[in-house]
Parts: sequence; structure tokens; C-alpha cells
Amino acid sequence: MDLKTTYLGLKLKNPIVASASPLSRNLDSMKRLEDAGCASVVMYSLFEEQIEHEAAELDHYVKSGANSHAEAVDYFPTPEEYNLGPEQYIELLHKAKQSLGIPVIGSLNGISAGGWIDYAQKMEQAGADAIELNIYYIPTDPALTSQEVEDRYINVLHAVKRSVRIPVAVKLSPYFSSLAHVAARLDRAGANGLVLFNRFYQPDFDLDALEVKPDITLSTSDAIRLPLTWIAILHGVVKTSLAGTSGIHTASDVIKMVMAGADVTMMCSALLHHGPKHVTTVLEDLNKWMVEHEYLSVEQMKGSMSQASVADPAAFERANYMKALNRFK
Amino acid sequence: MSDQVLPKTKRKMVTIDGNEAAAYSAHKTNEVIAIYPITPSSTMGEWADEWSAQGKKNIWGTIPLVVEMQSEGGAAGAVHGALQTGALSTTFTASQGLLLMIPNRFKIAGELTPTVFHVSARTVATHALSIFGDHSDVMAVRSTGWGMLASNSVQEIHDFALIAQAATLEARVPIVHFFDGFRSSAEVMKMEQLSDEDIRQMIDDELVHQHRRRALSPDHPVLRGSAQNPDVFFQARETANSYYDAFPAIMQKAMDKFAAVVGRQYKLYQYFGAPDAERVMIVMGSGAETAHETVEYLNAHGEKVGLLKVRLFRPFAVEQFIDALPTTVKQIAVLDRTKEPGAIGEPLYCDVITALSESMTSGKSPLKSAPRVIGGRFGLSSKEFTPTMAKAVFDELKKAQPKNHFTIGINDDVSHTSLEFDPAFGIEPDDVVRALFFGLGADGTVGANKNSIKIIGEDTQNFAQGYFFYDSKKSGSNTISHLRFGPRPIHSCYLVNQANFIACHQWFFLEKFDVLEASVRGGTFLLNSIYGPEEVWDKLPRHIQKGIIEKQLKFYVIDGYKVASSTGMGARVNTIMQTCFFAISGVLPKDQAIEAIKSSIKKTYGRKGESIVQKNYAAVDATLANLFQVKVPEKVTSTIEMPPVVSPRAPEFVQKTTARIIAGKGDELPVSRMPNDGTFPTGTAQWEKRNIALEIPVWEMDICIQCNKCALVCPHAAIRVKIFDAAELKSAPATFKSMDYKGVEYKGKKYSLQVAPEDCTGCSLCVEVCPAKSKSQVKVKAINMKPQPPIREQERANYDFFLNLPELDRRTVKVDTVKGSQFLQPLFEYSGACSGCGETPYVKLVSQLFGDRTVIANATGCSSIYGGNLPTTPWTKNLDGRGPAWSNSLFEDNAEFGLGMRLTIDKLTEMAKEMVEKMASEIGNDLATSLLLADQMDEAGIHDQRERVKMLKEKLTQMKSVDAKNLMNIADNLVKRSVWIMGGDGWAYDIGYGGLDHVLASGRNVNILVLDTEVYSNTGGQMSKATFRSAIAKFAAAGKPTQKKDLALMGVMYGNVYVAKIAMGASDAQTVRAIIEAEAYDGPSLIIAYSHCIAHGIDMARGMTNQKLAVDTGYFPLFRFNPTLAAEGKNPFKLDSKAPKQPLTDFTSLETRFNMLEKIYPDRAKDLSKLAVEDIRSRWAMLEQLAGGDGEKDKTPTA
Repeated sequence: MDLKTTYLGLKLKNPIVASASPLSRNLDSMKRLEDAGCASVVMYSLFEEQIEHEAAELDHYVKSGANSHAEAVDYFPTPEEYNLGPEQYIELLHKAKQSLGIPVIGSLNGISAGGWIDYAQKMEQAGADAIELNIYYIPTDPALTSQEVEDRYINVLHAVKRSVRIPVAVKLSPYFSSLAHVAARLDRAGANGLVLFNRFYQPDFDLDALEVKPDITLSTSDAIRLPLTWIAILHGVVKTSLAGTSGIHTASDVIKMVMAGADVTMMCSALLHHGPKHVTTVLEDLNKWMVEHEYLSVEQMKGSMSQASVADPAAFERANYMKALNRFK
Repeated sequence: MSDQVLPKTKRKMVTIDGNEAAAYSAHKTNEVIAIYPITPSSTMGEWADEWSAQGKKNIWGTIPLVVEMQSEGGAAGAVHGALQTGALSTTFTASQGLLLMIPNRFKIAGELTPTVFHVSARTVATHALSIFGDHSDVMAVRSTGWGMLASNSVQEIHDFALIAQAATLEARVPIVHFFDGFRSSAEVMKMEQLSDEDIRQMIDDELVHQHRRRALSPDHPVLRGSAQNPDVFFQARETANSYYDAFPAIMQKAMDKFAAVVGRQYKLYQYFGAPDAERVMIVMGSGAETAHETVEYLNAHGEKVGLLKVRLFRPFAVEQFIDALPTTVKQIAVLDRTKEPGAIGEPLYCDVITALSESMTSGKSPLKSAPRVIGGRFGLSSKEFTPTMAKAVFDELKKAQPKNHFTIGINDDVSHTSLEFDPAFGIEPDDVVRALFFGLGADGTVGANKNSIKIIGEDTQNFAQGYFFYDSKKSGSNTISHLRFGPRPIHSCYLVNQANFIACHQWFFLEKFDVLEASVRGGTFLLNSIYGPEEVWDKLPRHIQKGIIEKQLKFYVIDGYKVASSTGMGARVNTIMQTCFFAISGVLPKDQAIEAIKSSIKKTYGRKGESIVQKNYAAVDATLANLFQVKVPEKVTSTIEMPPVVSPRAPEFVQKTTARIIAGKGDELPVSRMPNDGTFPTGTAQWEKRNIALEIPVWEMDICIQCNKCALVCPHAAIRVKIFDAAELKSAPATFKSMDYKGVEYKGKKYSLQVAPEDCTGCSLCVEVCPAKSKSQVKVKAINMKPQPPIREQERANYDFFLNLPELDRRTVKVDTVKGSQFLQPLFEYSGACSGCGETPYVKLVSQLFGDRTVIANATGCSSIYGGNLPTTPWTKNLDGRGPAWSNSLFEDNAEFGLGMRLTIDKLTEMAKEMVEKMASEIGNDLATSLLLADQMDEAGIHDQRERVKMLKEKLTQMKSVDAKNLMNIADNLVKRSVWIMGGDGWAYDIGYGGLDHVLASGRNVNILVLDTEVYSNTGGQMSKATFRSAIAKFAAAGKPTQKKDLALMGVMYGNVYVAKIAMGASDAQTVRAIIEAEAYDGPSLIIAYSHCIAHGIDMARGMTNQKLAVDTGYFPLFRFNPTLAAEGKNPFKLDSKAPKQPLTDFTSLETRFNMLEKIYPDRAKDLSKLAVEDIRSRWAMLEQLAGGDGEKDKTPTA
């Protein structure tokens, strides 16, 4: 069975990519992902805040209380070298490239076009095959217009594109007034791929402590509906690669996404839940299904149920919503 | 001075302090280094440990093995063993540490073993501890048979550390190489660093081989360290004579070789000054530098005086000494930086007299006549020794009857030993920039100044010197940086007292000190001010305006805070003020200075990331545009006066003595103002209103649930609660807040929660633990931080009113609850501990529960410093005049010290009871019986017994018998007394463990409170055996490889010791219960109290949260072991915390001490963290077993 696909210009052996998650925090689990059959790994995200603040924070705590008392001029040894998070990231990426055969994609997460973007270049130098730019932005300022929000995405993308030659994918959220327009703008601005979608962190409330508590829940297969819809809509409309993420748990999820037009599907929750070996199961099921249904290749299947390919394009639009409601009755 | 030969070669010039200079030479020439922290020598060990952790090698290409010991005694023992088996070995120490090494020092010398110990000489504790410098420690070891070599400056320390190593290898006499603590050990100075090649040339490998050949080895076994009898010991002792005889020549040979290799020529006794001088001063240490400067000045101004620097004090080489003196000498003044009460004179004086006498009587003296010699003391505990004092000594020598056994530098109005000196006399040349910087510990001033010294020292031809003064507080401490820059090497070993540049980095100093006092006429004054150049003048206090006008100062202002905040630097104004200094002072051309600052920023922060570098660059760039010269008006217009240092209501001693010390004028106090035996009144911290909090908590009554948790956790007793009758409110200030008390026990009464606005440090621990939140806006709690200045006056009045409200009758209080305990008056208040300190809440709680009947033995460390460092003490007393009686003996003996107190109390109580029994008929049988059988298990029982003792004393007053007088004297012991032995983990786990163990085994009723910060906090965070595996600490620069010692379980194993592990932030109720149970237990009690600490590198405002996480992750499980329960047939072991339910990283990721390791040695971090997790698992399993399976299973996620 020919499971090959092309994503961001990278030739991949199958359409399953491990998305940014704690599994890429060490070489060992990245290796296990490769062994299980992953076609590529997106490394965990390097955050703008981490780049900007980790050094400042370390400096603050190492120095707090220093030079205040004759007996304790400081409280920590002064190492010659620090290996801060961003540097560790680059080092790990470098090691991953040396020991893995599959493409490794670096992930940068931020919202402004500041100095942190230099790390895109460092990722390139460390051997990253591509960069996934995760623009995780929750615009809470009522004075901010949708145009300004979109411009911010474009500016960050421009800044990264200017500093690297490797392909850049943009991972974005579904919350735009006109997502198709944003996708087209990103396409024009040079994005090599779109990753749909970011799962926004939504905190919970602790009613005993009356505190907002961070709580990340793993996705289920239901979550694929939103990216599935939009990949089907954007397939063929934008020139960029498309990656479907959120809710990819089973071979069916992969098949659906590919049929909608995704070049790759990205897995996170399922891998965290079942471990890297889960990829092997999904690939086996995918193979089996394709054999049973007489598909020859992933490329053949890709986009076969996109909006442009289905008999009823309105099925993705308002009319379909009406239909769904009617059925519900 | 060592600039008689200026550097000829292109050796590296570095600006470092004396300790680093010594450690550098020592690390290069040794193989095994045993260390232990003690101020001011700790950083020598820290450097050695860091260099070895970084893989730096000695001259033989191997990394020296550095090991921390449990005490200086241990370090000396380890070095002794290392030497005996053939290693080159050393250690670093000072003061009491050196004294603990005495037994080994006799051994090492007796066995003719080559080694050099480097000592930053420090005052030995007598009537008081002092961390500062003098020679009382080294003089206490002068009989141990070691060579004693004194260095006078940072360069000499570096050079002599090597020269001594070379000499000891040849001479086989061990050497104590000493230099003045702080003045030389902490002075930062530009100096020439010896190259590896220099060091190689100085050390003769054949001598090293000989040392190895003498070593103990089973391949050529010998016995060394025998026991000898009267028949031969004496003779054997005399065998060493030839080695001592040969020593001076060997030492001089090493000095000469050094001169040939490096270019600096030193002599055992080095004379400077007029060749035909009649008046000569003899001195050792940094004072010799000042004396040298003064001699040159005086001779240049027509006098003929001289100075003899004694470098080799032991063996004292009479011949070389006499030869070094000018033959014309007629009067000699010998200065000793030590005091030997009862001796004919101090040691150097006595040696000089003896040397002269021997030389004259032998007829070998080249001197024309026998000089008259006087001796004097100077510089005890780093007391300043300045050119005017040196001049006063020379002037004294002119007198027909000069004062012998004089003192210089103080005003001795009691025994009249002191010489007078002219405070206005100064000799510093105009081409030396002399700058003073007033800053706060937290604002980075000192760090920036150290940086400026490096810039000037290393980037220019100029010479640079820095010395830093800190006050004794750990929170809101004031710092004064003394900097000198000039074209020649700087030898002014005293504070800058004629400054041509003064910078004040904090506005509030203007109202606290006369910051311009040391300014010269025409100098420059730079002020960090929120007021611009147009408005600042009218805001200045009167004395500052006057100073600026009278001294014709050039006056500049900058709003450093504005620049800092606009460039992302937060509140750190250091880089900005540093830039201003360079811009105004003209030490360097402006552009070159800016470039140098930036390159230094890159050097300092580059390894921590580019963003931090960029922020600092931005701050530098924005500074000049915001720096303005102020047009100084001609007249003083201000009506703002300096407020009184203490309230006029303060007692006389505080007014006359304490207040002077607070004001920074302690140097001016005469001898008569000081207590003669080190005894001071308690209750003095209340008079030192420091006003260091920018924000203080403000009470929202409507939300408050009256839990009193805020008062419990306050490290400074600055938030308090009271219950009182509504009638008391009649005279309350208008803004005083109170509400109905919510509990049933004091129904109908009022409740108030009040903040001490001027004593609060703004740590916000109280807000962190407040559980009550507004129903409509959860961010609002029952207490919230608000800016202090606008409410200072109002809250001061409220707090005064609050303090005067009556205290609750202790008999009515449920003392064993968190809430109840806080209605008891704290007898430990407003300490200078770190803002948010994790130790003091426990100390304060003990003071509330038992303070009115407690005697405290306090080990040296943080708690003895915030508890007993002048000017004030937080220990106080209640309205009856009762309160904790406190004392500090040493670091190592605290458990024994406390046991001694217990033994006395037990004995005196027993004697009192015997007398009561004996005198029963005279004092009344009923009273006698009830005195003897009193149940004192609760507050009511204690109250009743006090009443009985009062009655007894009234009766005894009427009697005239000897028995009555004797009983009167000890009757107070009939009331139950509580002995508390307090200290940190450095004491309990390490240096004092032997004693602590013995005291636990004694079965006596003492209460041991271990404030466990898991490091030696007071000396800067060195590893102790309480340090957790994988934590980074000083002396564990690569993370601690071994697990934390379980002192609590060791105590449990005794079976008859009450043991508790407590962490207030995790369970305040368990904390209160454990402390009460411990005190109630009639036997030894051991409480290990987890104390978050600034040395952990944490957000101190969240200290209690970290404590909770420490417990929840199983890092610090809580339990109580109560032997009383065993007697009742129950399991005495009770686990008070639940099975670990969160991964360890939830705790460790919040603390720099843990997460730093990952940033330096990621692989090692991974390995050690894995072991740390295993430690927690295995320990929990053990605790569960002890609890008899009552404990929960470990639920930590395994991922």
C-alpha cells in the first residue's frame, strides 16, 4: 500500500505526524515515535515567553537577596555556562536530527514579531526540516479589530519567513470572522502549510479555592469535526499544505481527514493516552481499510471528499446545518 | 604596599577580592581540599568547589578534589589524613573555625607536615560575636607550631598563598597564611594574576615527591602518632628545632625566588620610610598599608618616620627583624589588631620587646641605642584604621611620656587608653576618584559597583578598589559602596571618608542619614529622584540643601525608576545609575564608558540570554537623556528636618546608645556607653521603625472570617489580632477598625486585626494564606496589599491604639489552636530577617506560647543574627516584664549550651523545693504543699503557681534567716520554665549533631527547634546534610549527590524523644499541636520545621505555597512521634500528611535550587532527580510502616 504523502514539500512515508507534545521532550520517546511508524515529529513548542523570560527569571531568583548582607553576598554558585530552555531545545533538536531518520519539525509559539523569532533561524541551523509557527493568541482587548488580529498573524509569519529558508507552517485557531480569507492571506504571505486547528487552553474553576485552575483535557475523536470541515473547504482553495489536527485517534479519523484534503494528520492526545505504539495500530488499521476498500494510495484518497469534490458542496455550508437540525428533530 | 615593583610582564590583570586571590593560588597547588563555611572565609571554599565542578585543573593537570566537612574540626581532620597519605591538601577558615582546628594543627606541625591553611582573620566571639576582622583568631593559634605569614593586600594574598606553599614544602613546617577578614578578604582590587607558568616555577616537584615518600603506605608501613611517656616525649619534641631555625631563611628564599620569577620582592620584615627615622611603627595586616601611605605622606611633608611590616610572625626571626630596623630608631610603636586581657601586652608587642632585649643583651644588635617601645591596640572587629590614626600614633611617639598600652580608633573614656586623632586630617591625592554609593540590598547597587570596578580595572590602565558596607538586616538592608579609581595602585585600606563623588540611589536615605557628610568641597552629588531638575530642590531635606550649598556640590538627578520601567528593567536601577556615574565622573571618556558598560553587560548576562542583554542596553541608552544637572539656588529653603531616630518615648539606653547605632554613628560611642559584659535589654526592635514596605496589608472586615492565619504566618509579628470590650473603643482613632467577635467563647466582645505599618516588610505572606475571598470579586481577600505611604500616619496611630488595648487573659485562650495561639502576645517582633522569612513564624509562635517562661539557647546562624545582632533585638517582654531570656554561645555547642540551662533550672528548682519543704512551717504548710504539688500543665496552673511564688516571696521578705535569703534568690524557679534550643540545619545536622545527639540521649526536658532551610542560609546557602538530593547549593555547585539525612527518624529511634516534622504552610494546625506537645513532653523534644528561604531561589511571597507543595509531593512528610502515647499502649508514630499525590517536579520546578541544575548539567539533573524521586518513595514506605499501615499509599503518578 502506498501511504506516502507530501507535506510542506517534505516526502513523508505516511500521513501520520506526531504533533507538538511532551513526547518530543526527549530523544528516547521521539525515537519510539519513529519506531512506531510516525512519518514526522513536530517537536514540543518553544514559547516566546520562555525565550524572553526564562533568562530574566533565572537572573532574578539567582540574584534575589544578593549583595544585601555581609555574610551572604549571594546564595548560588556562579556557573560559567547556562543551558537554558531555548538552548536545550535547540540542542535536543540537533540530537534528534542526528539520530532520527524522519523529518523533524521545530515548533515556535508566540504572538509578536520580537527578538524571539531568531530562534527560527537557530532551529534551521540545528537541522529542522521545517518550522511550525503556532500563533496562539486570544485577543481580549475590545479595542482590537479583527483586521489588526489578522495583521499580527501575517507580521509574525513574515518575520519568520524572512529569517529562514526551510518551509514554515502556521498553526492557527478557528476563531476568525473569515477563516478562508485569513487562510488565503497566510498563503499569499508565504505560509507553506496550515495546521488546523490549535486547541485553545480553556481553564476550569476550582469551587473550593475559588481559583481559576489550569486543566488540560485530552481530545476525543469528536474533535475532528471542526478541522475536518475546514480542511474540506480549504483543500484546493489554498496552495499550502494542510495538516489536520485535534481528535485524530483512529484510522477512520485519519482517513476522513485525508479524504477532506489533509496532507497529514497530527496526533497528540491519542499518543499521550496510548503511547507511541498506538501509531502502529492506526497504520495497520489504515492499511487494512484501504485494502478492504480497494484504495491504492493516500494520494488517491486525498481531497476526495473536499468541498470541491463532493456532490453537494452545500453540505459544508448553511444548508447542511439546516439539514442537520431537521434530522435532529 | 606591593607596588614597589610594578608589573613588568603582560600577566593578566584581574579585579577580584582577597578570598578569590587566595583560593586561586590554593586551588592551583593542591589536590585535596576540605571545606566548611564560616564568614568571612566561605567564598574561598566556594571558589574551590565551583572551579572543581567546572573541571578546572591544578598545575599538575588534575582537578582538585573538594569535599565539605561537618565542621572546621572535621575539615582539619580530613586535611590531616589527606596529608598523612601523601596529598597536597589545604583548607580555608576563620575565627571559631580556626579554633576548632587547633588540636589538629598541633598534630600536623608536630609531624612536620607541609601545608598552608588560608585564614581570613576574624574576631573571636567574646562578650559578643563579630563576623568582622581582627587577629584574635590567628593569635589564638600562635602556639601550635605553625609558620604564620601575614598578607596586607589582595595582591599580597595572591602572592603569599603561593610563596607559602613553596616554603612549606621545603621547610616541612605548616603555615597559616592570614589576612584581614573583610578589609582584605572582601576588598575588590585590581591585581596581577599569576600564570600557571609562574606557579610551576615556584613549586619544586622534588619536594612534592618527598612529601609523598613520607606518606603512610602499606607498601612501606610505618607508625606515626604514637603515645609517648615522660621518658622520651620531651626529647622527641626538641627534635623539631632545626626545622624552625631553618624556616626563616627558607621563607626568604621563596620570597626571593618569587621576586626573580614575578618581579615583586617581599621581605620577612620589610621596612619603608626614612632610612634615618627615629620613630618607627611596627604592624601586621591591612593596617600596614594605611600606615605605609601615611609614612610616605608624612615624610613628604618634612617628617622622618618609618614603618616595619611584619610578614613572618612565626617563627619570629629575631636577627632578620632587628636587621630590618633603621639603626637610628629611638621610639617604636607596635600595633596589635587583637586584645589579650591580662597579658603584659599584646603578642606582637611582647615579641618585639623580647626580640630587642635578646638582641641587645647578646650584643649583636646593630641599633645605636635601645629604643623605647610602646604597644597599642587598633582595628578590633574591623574598626577603621585611617591615616589620621596612624599619624596620631607617630605623634604620640614624639611625646616625652608616650602612652603605653594605648588604643587608637575609639574613645576610651573609662580606662583612658585611647589616643586622640584629628577627624579632619586626610592624605588622599586629588587624582584619585573617591566615590560613595548609597543603595538598598535589593536594588543592585553593589552589583553594579563591582561591575564598574571590573570595567575600570580590566579595560583601562587605571587601578580600582571597592569595599562594600552592609548593615546587619536581612530585609531592606542599606548598602554603602566605597570605590576608588586612580592612576597608581591603591593602598587606602579604609572607608572613603573624603568623597569627591556621592550617589544616593534611594530617596529615603536623605531623611535617614547625612549622605553628604563625607563629601569634599566641589564634589558631585547624584540623586535617584522621582522629582525632576526643576522640582527636586524643594523636596530635599534641609541638611541636604545645606550640604549642597556649603560644599558647592555639582548636583545631578535622574528618575532611575522611570527609565527602568520604560526599558523593561522593573525596579532595578543599577545599570542606569552606573551609567550616570560614568557619564558624570569622567573616570572614562563617555563613549568609551558606554561601550565598556555594554560589553560588560554582554559578558555578565550573555550566558543567560540575549533578551536580558537587550533590556540592559536599552536602559543604558535611555539614561543619558534623563540625566539632568540641577541649578543650585543660593539659599537653604527647606523646612524638612530629619525625623528623630527613635521615638522620644524610648527608654534611656535606647535613646543614648541604640539610637546612635541605628543612625550609623556607633563609631562615635565612647567605651562608657557600652555594657561591660555583653548584656543588653530586650524589647528594642520596637523602637527601630524601618518603614521598608512599599505596600502593606489592609484589612477588609466584611470579608474576614477571623481565622488568624495571617497573624500566624507573619514573619515579623507585624499583623496582629486582639479581642477586647467594646468600651475600649471610646478613645479609638477615627479610622481604627473593629468588628464583633464571631466565636462563642468571647461572645459580645470586639475583634480587631491591625497591621504595624512601619514594621511590616511587605512580604505579603499574610495575603497568600488568607482563605477568605469576596463573594462578588474573588481577587479581593480579607487582607490586601495597598501602598504604605498614604496610610502610614493613620495606621501608625491605629497601631499605637491597638498595642494599648489590653491583652487577653492567657487562661481563657485556647492556646492549642491556630486561632487561639494568635491571641497571645508575640514576644518576638519586627526582626530584621528576610522579608517573607520561613523561619521566624515558628520562632514567633514559640514566643507566643511559652515566651513568658522561656530561656533560649540560640545556635549561631540566621536566627542568632536576626535575633541578636545590634542595634536592636526582636526578643521582647510583656507588660509584666516577662519574656524570653536569650543567649548565643557558639555554632557547634548550642544543644549542650541549652542542656546546661536546663540542668541549672532543674537543680535550682530542686533546691527551691528542698528549701520550701524545709521551711514549710515558716511559710505555712498549705502554701508549701501547694507550691510543691502544683500542677503546671496549663496556663491556669502556671498563673496560680506564679501567685503562690509571689505570696512566698512576700513572706520571705519578712524573714531574716539565711535560708529565707537563699530561697528568695531561687524561688522563681518554682514556676515551670521552658528551655528552647534553636538553630538551623547547619548546626543540628552537621556541626552540632554530636552534641544534639547527646542531649537527645540525656532524657532531659529540653525543646529543640531545628529551623530547616536545608542549607547554611546565614553564610550564603552552603550545602548541609539537610540539603535534598539534586539541589544546587554553594559547596554543591554540581547538585548534591547524596540524600538528605533524616534527622527526625534518627530521633525517633531513641524511643523516648518526642519528634515532629512540621511545615506551617502545609498544616498550621499540626504545627501548633506539635509545638505544644513537644513542650508538654517531660523529656527531650526535637522539632524539624521546614522553613522556606531566600537561598532556595523562590518567590518569597509564595513561601507557604511552596511549603504545602513540599508536603503534598512527599518531599517533606509531616509526622509526630509522641512517646507518651507508647506509655498508653498506642502507636506513638502518627503520620500527619497524606501519601504523595503529585509528582516531585510540581514542587522542585518552583525552586531555583532545583531547576538550576537542569540548566547547567541537564544529564546529571536527570539522574539525580530520578534518585530523588526514589528517596521519596522509599522513605514514604518506611513512614507508612512506622505508622502501622495507617498511612495512605503513595499515589504519585509514575510518569
